[in-house]
Amino acid sequence: MVASFLVAVTVGTLIAVICRIEGFSGLTWNEWTAIRFTFFQSFVSAAVSVLLAIPVSRAFFRQDFIGRNILITLLGAPFILPVIVAILGLILVFGSKGILSQLMGFSAFSIYGVHGVILAHVFFNLPLATRLLLQGWGSIPSEQFRLGQSLSFSPFNFFMHLELPMLCRVIPGVFLIIFLICTTSFAVALTLGGGPKATTVELAIYQAFRFDFNLSRVAILSIIQLLMCGLIAVLSIWIAFPAHYEGGLDRVRPIATTGKILDFICITCATIFLILPLAMILIRGSGGLFLLPQSVMFSALRSILVALAATGLATIMTLYLASLIVYSSKVYEIFGYLPIAASPLVLGTGLYIIFYNWIDPGKIALPSAIVINAMMCIPFSLRIITPAFRDLENSFGRLANSLNLVGWSRFRWLIWPRLKGPIGFSAGLSVALSMGDLGVIVLFSNPNHSTLPMEIYRLMTAYRMDEAFGAALLLLMLSISLFWIFDKGGRINAIT
Amino acid sequence: MKILLSIFFTLVAASTAFAKPTLTVYAPDYFTSEWGPGPKIKQAFEKICDCDLFYVSGDLMPRLMIEGKRTKADVVIGLNTDVTFKARKLGIFEAHEQDTSSLSIPIKWDDKIFLPFDWSHTAFIYDNTKLKNPPKSFNELLNSKDDIKVIIQDPRTSISGLALVLWVKSIYGSKSEEAFTKLASKVLTVTKGWSESYGMFTQGEADMVLSYTTSPAYHIIAENDKSKSAAIFSEGHYFFTELAAMTNSSKEPELAKEFMSFILSETFQRMIPTGNWSFPSKLDRNKLPDEFVNLPMPKKVLFYTEEEAQKYRDIVIQEWLTAFQK
Repeated sequence: MVASFLVAVTVGTLIAVICRIEGFSGLTWNEWTAIRFTFFQSFVSAAVSVLLAIPVSRAFFRQDFIGRNILITLLGAPFILPVIVAILGLILVFGSKGILSQLMGFSAFSIYGVHGVILAHVFFNLPLATRLLLQGWGSIPSEQFRLGQSLSFSPFNFFMHLELPMLCRVIPGVFLIIFLICTTSFAVALTLGGGPKATTVELAIYQAFRFDFNLSRVAILSIIQLLMCGLIAVLSIWIAFPAHYEGGLDRVRPIATTGKILDFICITCATIFLILPLAMILIRGSGGLFLLPQSVMFSALRSILVALAATGLATIMTLYLASLIVYSSKVYEIFGYLPIAASPLVLGTGLYIIFYNWIDPGKIALPSAIVINAMMCIPFSLRIITPAFRDLENSFGRLANSLNLVGWSRFRWLIWPRLKGPIGFSAGLSVALSMGDLGVIVLFSNPNHSTLPMEIYRLMTAYRMDEAFGAALLLLMLSISLFWIFDKGGRINAIT
Repeated sequence: MKILLSIFFTLVAASTAFAKPTLTVYAPDYFTSEWGPGPKIKQAFEKICDCDLFYVSGDLMPRLMIEGKRTKADVVIGLNTDVTFKARKLGIFEAHEQDTSSLSIPIKWDDKIFLPFDWSHTAFIYDNTKLKNPPKSFNELLNSKDDIKVIIQDPRTSISGLALVLWVKSIYGSKSEEAFTKLASKVLTVTKGWSESYGMFTQGEADMVLSYTTSPAYHIIAENDKSKSAAIFSEGHYFFTELAAMTNSSKEPELAKEFMSFILSETFQRMIPTGNWSFPSKLDRNKLPDEFVNLPMPKKVLFYTEEEAQKYRDIVIQEWLTAFQK
């Protein structure tokens, strides 16, 4: 049912857009360039993020130190920033007048260009990749490490026999999800790419929609985007190696004794890279935080409620889809990725066209934001929950079957206790993502029902940069707190 | 329960029977926000009209194109001349019947459908404490040996970006592509919208930013900061005006007409300078805030009618793209 819902909304809204097509013409040269660039930058960004995430997540897995958990939470923050805030944060660090060029004293380095796009996308997605890989590392039972130790494995043996199979299993999915996120980015790509050379398909969709209002182009470009993402999705699901470890006894993770220095270098570099732009927003925004009028606080509250509702919906749909994937077929995984490949703009337009005849769009602004945000969160949640779900069924499924543990009791006694951690993490991510999303609300927007990201844009268009930074800081703090609460909540008394 | 329900419905019926008429106004998001002119205008109009003014905010053009003749708008406010060609073709607007002979805008206005409520020009804003010798003409900017870095908006996604390429076209005509090539070397980056550009500029990222001649007024009046100025170019500046129109499907045509005439009233016009940070379309110069009177203004105004803007936009965007992708 959830699968058909996702298909219905993704494809249905697209059809609604297609129905308004008035003629068809081939792709222009500009659009081909956009397709090429989108594919290229998404591929490189995803590859770099994943490659860098391997040593970083390994370091976090192997080492223990004071503040490790807080650092892991904080490192997740770039991923949830609203685009405009992230751009300004990055520029405060890497821009031509940023602290980096001031410290280094050379201005020859310019962030603007393809490398800028990739830098920004790595900044957004490295934390996600790190967290997902960290989860992968955690899925290797500690008994296996002990076994390796007793067989006097060298670090190379450990890597080949324990870590590599895990990476082969986890990486295709992580790569896919980052690839998908990068394809739909456009404001970041344009700004840091230095101009029209960095045009993505999503920008072409936006242009066709907002400027030319050429719905046939919107539809064609959306289909191309879906196909491009579909291709990568099929490939990555197909090459994902099945790797399975026998269930362990949930002993604590082993702390490594070797390679400490290297691990801490990885952690330090990642921290500096990810935290600096956030720190700049903190410094820049702390002055404006107290200038914020009451109405901004109300929008913040509204954002929190929308985010919580979207998270609830996303979690339920994800659990259902995950169970379909685990119990029936891997094919269902495709449905989970559909929403992210569809541009939120197309989803929003489709919903608008469908609903306009029936109700006042302003009235369904918040409900539609909830639904679309929830859909946008499913791919991430699915990525987090499914592997853990599959592991637990592999390890305990047969035992549960023999005990005739089915339905609610299976969920209550087997699935929930063991999935609490991943569910908490995915809920945390969903809530934070929904907080920062501007998405569809632009079309449906209702002046009295604004969300916090909208208020940031409004403050900026009204020249009020200080307050805008203050509001951005507020958003950042709220998102991180909500993320932390869910993530932490999922770990209390959790077995894994 | 039944009694409660019937009481409820009677109350609802009664309240709708006595409810004031509602005027639905579609406006851009910045206009209706707490920091835009919208809320004050609503308040002032409701005082005189004995009605409720209800704003619907968001992207105007996509919305009107989707809704077409079924639109619920009585009045649409915030379109500009570079997009009105398409809006007019929708056939959903009605003549405003206002006297436009004595407007305080720098061009002649005789459009029967669209009524200007404010105006400004596109211009590059710079920090006069850092850039001591700003270019005095577009030519000077394009050919300057100095390493001036500019941030502009993308004409494919931003209305001010579109105004820039039309501005260049109106100066350079058939040589516009060459001008874009020169401009490209001065451009630090291109952003999706005005906010990103202006945000980056105020962080000190670039020397100049594409904005409006009236932008410095905000910094002078609201922040008491005189460091931001508009570079005035001798070739002239592209005129930018925002418009309002009433729909022919309105259920409250009288009210809509009242609002159209309210737009040109002094009450409304006086709210524009410090509410929208632009010049009002019908207000004597001596009623403007001093800071606005003292703003440096271009001697020459360049302007494309909506037909011309429509004719050139695709061509000029393509020229811009070709030049910037080199």
